[in-house]
Amino acid sequence: MGISVPALMGQLLIGLINGSFYALLSLGLAVIFGLLNIINFTHGAQYMLGAFVAYFLLQKAGLGYWWALLLVPLVLAVFGVLIERLMLKHLYKLDHLYGLLLTFGLALIVEGVFTNQFGSAGLPYSMPEKLTGGYNLGFMFLPTYRAWVIVASLAICLGTWFVIERTKLGSYLRAATENPPLVQAFGVNVPRMITLTYGFGVALAGLAGVFAAPIYQVSPQMGSSLIIVVFAVVVIGGMGSIMGSIVTGFALGIIEGLTKYFYPEASSTVIFVIMAIVLMVRPQGLFGQR
Amino acid sequence: MQTEAKQAAPAEAPTLASRDELWEARYHRVGFVVLFAILAAAPAAVYPVFLMKALCFALFACAFNLLIGYGGLLSFGHAMFLGMAGYLSAHATKVWGLTPELAILTGTATATALGLVSGIIAIRRQGIYFAMITLALAQMVYFFCLQAPFTGGEDGIQTGPRGKLFGLIPLSEPMAMYYTVLVIFAAGFFLIHRIVHSPFGQVLKAIRDNEPRAVSLGYRAERYKLAAFIMSAALSGLAGATKAIVFQQASLTDVHWGMSGEVVLMTLVGGLGTVFGPVVGAFVLVAMESYLAELGAWVTITQGAIFVLCVLLFRRGIVGELEAWLRRRRNR
Repeated sequence: MGISVPALMGQLLIGLINGSFYALLSLGLAVIFGLLNIINFTHGAQYMLGAFVAYFLLQKAGLGYWWALLLVPLVLAVFGVLIERLMLKHLYKLDHLYGLLLTFGLALIVEGVFTNQFGSAGLPYSMPEKLTGGYNLGFMFLPTYRAWVIVASLAICLGTWFVIERTKLGSYLRAATENPPLVQAFGVNVPRMITLTYGFGVALAGLAGVFAAPIYQVSPQMGSSLIIVVFAVVVIGGMGSIMGSIVTGFALGIIEGLTKYFYPEASSTVIFVIMAIVLMVRPQGLFGQR
Repeated sequence: MQTEAKQAAPAEAPTLASRDELWEARYHRVGFVVLFAILAAAPAAVYPVFLMKALCFALFACAFNLLIGYGGLLSFGHAMFLGMAGYLSAHATKVWGLTPELAILTGTATATALGLVSGIIAIRRQGIYFAMITLALAQMVYFFCLQAPFTGGEDGIQTGPRGKLFGLIPLSEPMAMYYTVLVIFAAGFFLIHRIVHSPFGQVLKAIRDNEPRAVSLGYRAERYKLAAFIMSAALSGLAGATKAIVFQQASLTDVHWGMSGEVVLMTLVGGLGTVFGPVVGAFVLVAMESYLAELGAWVTITQGAIFVLCVLLFRRGIVGELEAWLRRRRNR
């Protein structure tokens, strides 16, 4: 079997793009899980909301892509803070599964409302002018926008990692993950920290939605199937480390891209198969601690 | 409470715990009689197809409840057992020409095997991870069903006539079909009741409440959890296979993650870990869906809203609240 370099590189690029989304979304899930002990099932719906808010900004307010990059995370963070203050707050003393059920219900509501309004068809979102076109690398064509998404999400992932692992704010956060009452005893406002953390995680999902809007079409269903794959990514990586979820996200995107080239029939299931294998060999996940 | 204890003969005064058990057994007996009396008479008043659909989902929810209510494991992928069994049951009827009871057995056996394989993988983690793993495995099954040639992809399988039960009773008669479904439901329901109250069920509850302690007492927690998972899968399969016979079709809807969410919701609405809760929850939700069916996405929105309300305000569910009320009244 001959290997066609442009086709292989094309699939690799798609894999890297998907990997950027997996990394951004699983990073948000991991940050939220670390402090709230809740798996945020609404994450996919919030990603979809991010894309829709960008779409509305353009259609109703005439604000383009660059404004969306700034405003969408803020809007989504406010949305997240409201959810945390009004609902999630009441569940911390209960079994963690209730958080999963609540956020699942919220996801159904958000998706249902948007399906009602916009149907299942996707809406187009035009690419920002500065990022159209591309580079000819000789062995393949690299569209500028896709390169931008990969670089930008990598930067955001690494920036988040730096803040959490290397700054004072991050050390409070990590300490509160370990032992909230003790951190509170030192005069840190832990409940506010929890609220803002949830808002931040949701903002990450919204940002991923803005990145996705020009590549995929903006549709109510864009989040739900993606989030299940991201759950598998999270299980594979284990939620113990921030860097772990970034690395796993990108790696699995690339593996998926390669599968699409070498054995396309398995491309939609390969991540789940890897998940099954990892669970048999190392149940806590590649980067997880017991 | 105090006066009652004094009135009882001192030699044979039952302990508080055993009196509680006696009360519970009586409550269950009364519940069974009322439930099955209503179900036996229901076709006179209610559209049989609605009843059959609700009964299939009730069995599905009871099977799901076996795992979450008594094993403490929240599966978010139970649609794979319902859907796969449905496909195999429809395929057996259509392509292999099997009679309905053999088709149902084929479907159930498939779900059992799938339960064994997915159970081995899923029980390696607990809690939230268990939910995510089952969801991911079910999504894998969904993609398989979307691509595999025998499932008919987006179209599903249409089987044609229902055939004759044991080659004798024509199931095209609505009443024959209804009572067949009722018998299957009753068999599954009592089997679950027996499992829960057997020594096996007691060990399962012990593991749910305190796994390290159960392990230290010498029970192999993994095996008990796997066994519960397989039983739950098999009974979900029974529900799915029967449903495929009733509706003469199998489709992607039944393997979709939405179905996994729906069975969680049915059990939550009725009451997690209660005997009758899943049945009540299934009837409530199937009724709601048939009323709202024409409104499209409103079904999803309503389901989501019920989820949120149940989790925030109403965690015991309908039957759970009723039981709590009965207990309070008795202890007054």
